[in-house]
Amino acid sequence: MSKRKLDIFTKGFFKENPTFVLLLGMCPTLATTTSAINGLSMGLATLFVLVLSNIVISAIAPVVPDKVHIPVYIVVIATFVTILQFAMQAYTPDMYKTLGLFIPLIVVNCIVLGRAEAFASKNGIVDSALDGLGIGFGFTMALTVLGMVREILGSGSVFGWKFISGDGLLVFIMAPGAFIALGYLMVLFNKIAKKN
Amino acid sequence: MAAKSNLLNMALCLTSVCLVCSALLGGMYALTAEPIAKTNADILRASVNAVLPEGGELSEAVPVEVGGQASEYYISKSADGTPAAYAIKSTTAGFGGPLTVMVGITPDGKVYNTSVLSHAETPGLGAKCTEDEHFMTQFKGFDPSQKILTVKKDGGDVDAITASTITSRAYSLAVKNAVDAFKTIKGE
Amino acid sequence: MEYFLIIISAIFVNNVMLAQFLGTCPFLGVSNKLSTATGMSGAVVFVITLATLVTYLINKYLLVPFGLTFLQTIAFILVIATLVQMVEIVLKKISPSLYQALGIFLPLITTNCAVLGVALSVVTKEFTFGGGAAHMLNLGESVVYAFATAIGYGMALIIFAGLREHLELNDVPKQFKGVPIALITCGILAMAFMGFSGLV
Repeated sequence: MSKRKLDIFTKGFFKENPTFVLLLGMCPTLATTTSAINGLSMGLATLFVLVLSNIVISAIAPVVPDKVHIPVYIVVIATFVTILQFAMQAYTPDMYKTLGLFIPLIVVNCIVLGRAEAFASKNGIVDSALDGLGIGFGFTMALTVLGMVREILGSGSVFGWKFISGDGLLVFIMAPGAFIALGYLMVLFNKIAKKN
Repeated sequence: MAAKSNLLNMALCLTSVCLVCSALLGGMYALTAEPIAKTNADILRASVNAVLPEGGELSEAVPVEVGGQASEYYISKSADGTPAAYAIKSTTAGFGGPLTVMVGITPDGKVYNTSVLSHAETPGLGAKCTEDEHFMTQFKGFDPSQKILTVKKDGGDVDAITASTITSRAYSLAVKNAVDAFKTIKGE
Repeated sequence: MEYFLIIISAIFVNNVMLAQFLGTCPFLGVSNKLSTATGMSGAVVFVITLATLVTYLINKYLLVPFGLTFLQTIAFILVIATLVQMVEIVLKKISPSLYQALGIFLPLITTNCAVLGVALSVVTKEFTFGGGAAHMLNLGESVVYAFATAIGYGMALIIFAGLREHLELNDVPKQFKGVPIALITCGILAMAFMGFSGLV
């Protein structure tokens, strides 16, 4: 792989991490990270939609008139989200129930439309796919880490494996804990990113 | 690099994209309709079986009114066709939203077991209704003719979850409504 | 009476932003100035209420009777996108200064999770208000719920903007400046709102 293609893929991890740097897709980040596995699943679901819609939009962008490009991109993204919805309903019903409303809300995840607009519509198919993969993995990584932190502090477990008996600091699996944990993680991330 | 934005192009583009996507979704919907129905049936079956004694053939859902709301129940029939137990779905208002409980009742009117289908209770407090062993097992074999289905605070015989009186009240009410519905079913 | 319960529940008990996390991106983006926050709140109230009304009707009279519920997500988001476009045009005419102030955030109301979130939840979830029976909302309840939800969003947004303006003048450690301290403050605000649970 050429250096440029590698760059496109890896920038989603640190330099342009959607959660900690670009501050996009905050709603699912805060809502679905009550545990590590939930965060991981949400990240992967978003990755699926992101990569596929990037590919399709990159392919059709040359023939889409400028004035209607937003509704067209939205329809494409919504199609993939609905496909994902049906697949999850049929084959992963537990996670479907846990993630609930946030699966269809991937449509309005600023990351997906944002990347379509900023990158996929202006670049080739392979590059767009790589961009989707990179940003998607960066997002998944952020969500999983936040989910892990909230799960460890709030339930005393990691990926369902409990290491204390009873409950942890429950506030972390509730609403305020999400904001606070993310705030501190952001500071940590910036510290690490600055060192690189 | 995009095509020209005249009315014909825009209309054509939007319409064709919508048509293609709708067709794709229609296809996907048809493809997954059966697996989804099967998965839902499996989940329901599991939740009903959790509250009924082993064995027995499950009937289809039968509509019934529980606690003033439309709901349904299932009959588990033994080999000779006589009803061995009833599983009644009961929904009440919990602390954070609707609380739905599946209540298994044997023909003698005693509660065999209960299981939560869905809830919106606070983690660590009301959500314990699905984890607290002591709370859940007290409903096993509960005889409504001998004991009262309300929390001890309200003069009944149900031990509430610590600091979750409202959830416990809702749960007890759900079971009580199911028992009342059972009486109506039996009475028919 | 039930409408009153719906309003209290949507604004305080289950605040769309502080309890359900819907609408976070613009929340963090627009809340650094009180004036833009107020303008955004007004636009959001209008869009959410109207969007819920239209999507509810489309769902009830078009999607469900023709078995087209699999088009729900697409149909709803297209309705929302169209409505926002219309709001933009109207706003440009009647208040160009507000239009300028909101800038990029106005078209971004389309991607505000709260709008699609509320529209979807009124047609898919059952609600209980103040101990009433669990039921799907009818048109009147849905519109009142949407309106109250939007008011709750606007209220949280304005409170938060006020807090952030104060934060600007305070001595915040360098690494926390900007978004991190805003998030932590938001968490504390969310904790305060948790005190409302059990109100209805």
